[in-house]
Formats: sequence, structure tokens, C-alpha cells
Amino acid sequence: MTVPLIEFNQVFKRFGDNAVLKGVDLSIYQGQVTAIIGKSGIGKSVLLKHIIGLLEPDQGEIRFQGQAINAMPAVARRAVKMKFSYMFQGTALFDSMTIYENVALPLKEKGQVPFREIQRRVRDKLAQLDLAGIEDKYPSQLSGGMKKRVAMARALVTDPEIVLFDEPTTGLDPIRKNTAHAMIAQYQKTFGFTGVMVSHEIPDVFYICQRIAMLDQGRIIFQGSPAEIQNSTEPAIRQFIRGQDPEATQAALSER
Amino acid sequence: MTQSYTITNMLAGLGRMAISPVQEFGRVAIFFFRGVIYLFSFPLQADKIIDQVYFIGTKSVFVICLTGAFTGMVLGLQGYYTLVKFGSEGLLGAAVALSLIREMGPVLAAIMIVARAGSAMAAEIGIMRISEQIDALETMDINPVRFLFSPRLGAALISFPFLTAIFDVVGIIGGYVTGSLLLGINSGLYFSRVESSVLMEDINGGFAKSFCFAAIVVTICCYQGYTTHLRKEGFGAKGVSLSTTSAVVLSCVMILVADYVLTSFLL
Repeated sequence: MTVPLIEFNQVFKRFGDNAVLKGVDLSIYQGQVTAIIGKSGIGKSVLLKHIIGLLEPDQGEIRFQGQAINAMPAVARRAVKMKFSYMFQGTALFDSMTIYENVALPLKEKGQVPFREIQRRVRDKLAQLDLAGIEDKYPSQLSGGMKKRVAMARALVTDPEIVLFDEPTTGLDPIRKNTAHAMIAQYQKTFGFTGVMVSHEIPDVFYICQRIAMLDQGRIIFQGSPAEIQNSTEPAIRQFIRGQDPEATQAALSER
Repeated sequence: MTQSYTITNMLAGLGRMAISPVQEFGRVAIFFFRGVIYLFSFPLQADKIIDQVYFIGTKSVFVICLTGAFTGMVLGLQGYYTLVKFGSEGLLGAAVALSLIREMGPVLAAIMIVARAGSAMAAEIGIMRISEQIDALETMDINPVRFLFSPRLGAALISFPFLTAIFDVVGIIGGYVTGSLLLGINSGLYFSRVESSVLMEDINGGFAKSFCFAAIVVTICCYQGYTTHLRKEGFGAKGVSLSTTSAVVLSCVMILVADYVLTSFLL
């Protein structure tokens, strides 16, 4: 069987009294886009931040190509980190920098890409995301949807091997949402990156992701293909993917 | 049994109170040394240092001139009416120059820079922290301490001595305005006393102080902003406001403490 690229093994995380992850087991395979779905506030972003090392597990381990990341020497850990790119849910754009400077920053700071090449790659990426002509604007001058696309451009400008998307299309209009999804799918096919995407966009994620994992009550209650999750008979999964809340439905019916 | 628990808890509380500032001091010291190491690591961040020199240094010139002028003028007035009692008003130039160069110039210039630039640094870095911009740097494999703190530290080490020198010169001119132009001390006497009384070691001492104050101010202000998310008293915007307040208060207190320590070594 193929060794997972990233593997969570009984990962626990707690913030004060709030236990967010209660023994997460998850496998992410190379060359696939894996969607992590689940109710809001359940800990999907926390899980994603563990992958890139922004958060450390209280217990358990996260493996990269079979090796525990937290047991790696600093140099190896840094080498792993350099393979990743992260798109934040709240965009995390640098508000004192222009859009051009924001997207160019990861290339510029490495000091290994020539100036003209940086210019070309930034302009290409902005054009692909329908953002041409806003290079000199600041994030505060853009709409929420445009900021999302700038954040996506910044995440993809380095042509990373693994991209972590935290709700990449929330707040976008349907046309731009489809464009962003199509771009992720197309990029994945072209460059073969591994993607992990936290998303609520059901059923869209079933068409662009090869693997779905569902987080519920601190654990992964399902991981498998989109076809498998759609055929699942598990009530919690069926209710979630159909957008049904049994308690709310019951309350609404009783009010009638 | 209950009484022994209470005593144990009290002792534990006292221990925590004693250990906590030591731990915090250690963290600040590590933050500072990391900043110094990254300041000299390649590739050098000359463009960012120049930007910060403009922000900390150039943009502070006006406020430094203004405060320097009035400090010198007040020293001129006070010094004149004190010295005239002893018939030694001719020494006003020496009194004003030595007070400014040895003590008031470095201290007041540093406090004015804290008010103008230090608070802004703490607020800017604090906002970057709460809006995940610092996390974003980490995900891009950009060292946040190197990116945010080192250029500010380098710029402060360049700017503080210059601003102190401007403060001193403008202050001496301020003393001349009140002492000579308003109160009638001979201009030649005023400046000859300045020249004869000020030694190179006084000027070096003033610069040594301004270097130390630069390191203290920037480290405290950047550290307060950088650790905004760890504050227990407030989160979000309130956390940033608390960090900014702490940065200004702590910097001013530490400037005065360091001034005493340095003066005791320099004298």
C-alpha cells in the first residue's frame, strides 16, 4: 500500500479547557487534493495549522513521508516546511504592502529568483486569477473576494509541492468560486501538487478533490473518495453533506 | 491540613511571582540576541534598514528639534537665575551644554522617539500578530524576528545617536537664545564656555547612552508587539492597545534605570 505523504497519528490538541482534536488519525496522499469537511468551529483550521507547524500537537505525531516531523532535526524540518504553502482563511495579507509586494514577498525574500522573473511570475499569477491592474492597490482597498484571490495568488506563486487551503472560496461569488475551484483542479493536474483544503463548498469539493475527510467531535469520522462519502449511510455524514440539522428541522416542524 | 495547603499555595504563588519576571527577562534577552544575529546574517536587509531609518530617524527630526529647543531654553532660564545668585552666570554655556550632552539629550531624545516611533512599532507588529500576518511569514519560511525586528534594531542603532546629537545642538542653541539674546549674557562667553567645558569623553558618554537606549527601546517595543497574542489581560484590539501602553511605559522606565546604571559607570 502507498505510504501517505502526511499522516496524523492519534493527534490531540487542547486550548485551555477546550479539547479540539481528540485523537485524529488522517492520511493525505501525494498528488491528490484532500478536502477536510466538518461543521464550523469543529477544529478544521487547527488541524491544518498542525501540518505546517504553526501549532504543535499536545500528544500524538504527524509524519511526513513516514518520518515524525517533531522528531526531525531543525534543518530537515525546515526543508519539509519549504515544500509547503498556506492560504489563510482570513487571507493574512500584509496590509502595509501593495498587492504586488504581497504576492512577490515569498519569492523576493528567498533572494534566489531574479527581479524580472519575480515580476513575470507575480503578473502571470495575478492575471490568471483575474486580478490584473490592481498591483499598486493595498489590501484595504479590495473587496473580501479579491483579497481571497490575492491570498491564493501568493500561496501559488512559489509553485509549491504541497498547498494548504483554508476555506479558499468562502465569500466569493458563484462565478469566481467556480474559477478558483477550476484553477486549483487545473493547477493540480498541471503541476501535480498535493493539496489539503478546508472547505464547506459541498458538493463542489466532490468534483475537484480526490479524497474527502470529515472531522466531527475532534476525530476524523470518515476518509475516502467522494463517491464513498456520497454513498455513506452514516447519519452524521448524510446530514452534513445534505445540509440537514435534525434538531433545527424538528424545531421548525413543531412551530408549525 | 488545610492551613498547610494554604501556606504551600501562598509560597507557590510567591515563587511564581519571582520566577515570572526572570523568565520574561530571559525571553526578551533571547529575542534581542536573535535580532542582533539576524542583523548581520546574509543577505543583509539594507533596504529595510533604510526604510526604518527614515521612519525612526528622519520623521523624528522635527519633534526632536522642537523638544530640544525648549529644553535648552528652559535650562538657559533656570541656569541663569541659579548662577546669577553666585555671580557665575558666565558659566551658563557650560551648564547647559554639559547637562544636555551628558544626561538630558540622550534621555529626552530616547523618550521622544519612544513616543513617536516606539509606540507605532509595538502597534504595527501587534496588529500583524493578531491578523495572522506573522503566521503567514512563518508559513513562507521567512523568519519573523529577522524580517520585523532586525531592521528596526539596525535603524535605531543608526538613528538614536544622530537624533541625540541634533537634540544636543538645538538645545545648546535654545540655551543661547534665552541666556544671551533674552537675558544678556555675552554670546562669545556663552559659546567659549561650551567649547572649553565639553570634553570628548562627555560626547562619547552621551553616544554610548544613546546606543544602549536604542537597543532597549526597540527590543521592548518590538517584543511587546510580537507577543501581543500571549497577553492574558486582553485579546484582539484590546491586546494591541495594552501592548502599546506597556511598550511605552516599560521603555521610558528602562531608559531611566539604564541611564542611572550607565552614568554610575561613566562618571
